[in-house]
Amino acid sequence: MPVIEWLLLIFLIVCAFAVSVAKNLLNSVIIFMSYSLIMAVIWILLQAPDLAITEAAVGAGVTSILFFLALRRVGQLEHKKEDEK
Amino acid sequence: MREDIKDLLNKFFNWIIGNGPRPENEILPPEPPPDLPFTRRNSGRKSRFHEASINERYNEWVELHGLHIFSSLYTWMSVLTCLVIILLLLITVTELPPFGDEHNPANNEVVLRYIKTGARETGAKNIVAGMILDYRAFDTFGESAVLFTAAVSVLMLLGASRRNRTCEKNIFKFGITSKSFLQRGPPLRVHIYRQDDMILRGIASISIPTILVMGCAIIINGHLTPGGGFSGGAVLSTALILAANAYGFDHVHYFFNERTFIFSSSGSLIIYALAKGYSFFTGANHIPSGIPTGTIGNILSGGLILPLNICVGIVVAGTLYSFYALFSEGDI
Repeated sequence: MPVIEWLLLIFLIVCAFAVSVAKNLLNSVIIFMSYSLIMAVIWILLQAPDLAITEAAVGAGVTSILFFLALRRVGQLEHKKEDEK
Repeated sequence: MREDIKDLLNKFFNWIIGNGPRPENEILPPEPPPDLPFTRRNSGRKSRFHEASINERYNEWVELHGLHIFSSLYTWMSVLTCLVIILLLLITVTELPPFGDEHNPANNEVVLRYIKTGARETGAKNIVAGMILDYRAFDTFGESAVLFTAAVSVLMLLGASRRNRTCEKNIFKFGITSKSFLQRGPPLRVHIYRQDDMILRGIASISIPTILVMGCAIIINGHLTPGGGFSGGAVLSTALILAANAYGFDHVHYFFNERTFIFSSSGSLIIYALAKGYSFFTGANHIPSGIPTGTIGNILSGGLILPLNICVGIVVAGTLYSFYALFSEGDI
């Protein structure tokens, strides 16, 4: 069990670093989602299931949706499509 | 009555602009003496010319060097600020007491009391729910109120396009014609959803009832199992957002519009405040509140925790869904 915990913690730090380093805003939002998911698992391992449920629902669910909406409002998603063409 | 208001408003605007009736014995400022040729005008022109050249040179410098210096400085300063904050936090971490030590200041009589008598005093099997909705219920009330305030301010900011139309009507009615009143941004409706998205609709028809049942179970079992009003409300709002994406906002409007949102959220907050105010009042004055705690482990137990959980769940679900609707649709 401690091995999994250490792996999750290392992955958490890697995710937190990658969010700020990622060039594409869409990528950073998706990495942020995975960060929240890892955090939820760590909350369960720390025996705080209440926080785990809230983290999974708010951090990985609602916040990311609001981030995607904000990206569309700013026009980042459409901009990306034009670049690919 | 309306004529009076119009008259008053006209007078007020004239007063602001400065077109009002002038008094007969008004003292006007003395007229400036006529300029002598070749003395004043020359110096004035010279200073103006000097000023313009300074401005031009300043702008030129900003365009050529200033922005460059600023951007490089900005990067370095942000990196420096981050490093300093990380260093400060790490220093603080080294000062913290060791994790899990029994002599830590967190292990005091409050925790002992919560663990020993919490279940008996609150009637909740989930001791966290007993803490946040009974011992520390005032904090939870503040959190719900903050969420509701945030939703109301987003409603004021992003739902402004609809309100502007009525504002415009009022301006015409009262005879005020100012250009700044009539200016408004482009319409906020930017959401386009696919009518024929078979996959999304198929998955939504299976998963929405499941998510709704799970959210309700988390809220209702808040005092027995992990979870509670906040997490259950967030789960419910996810189901609403999924429904809005799969079937369109018009379908959600049938049972959830701005009116329902305002009434349910403010009603829940008022019920919360009244219930908690009652128990605070009785508790502070050492009067028995008369609310039965029931048998520990039953659904109908825990005194006020179950209704308070339901109130918090309604507020959170409505607020998070209306955030989504306002940001994507510009309207609930």
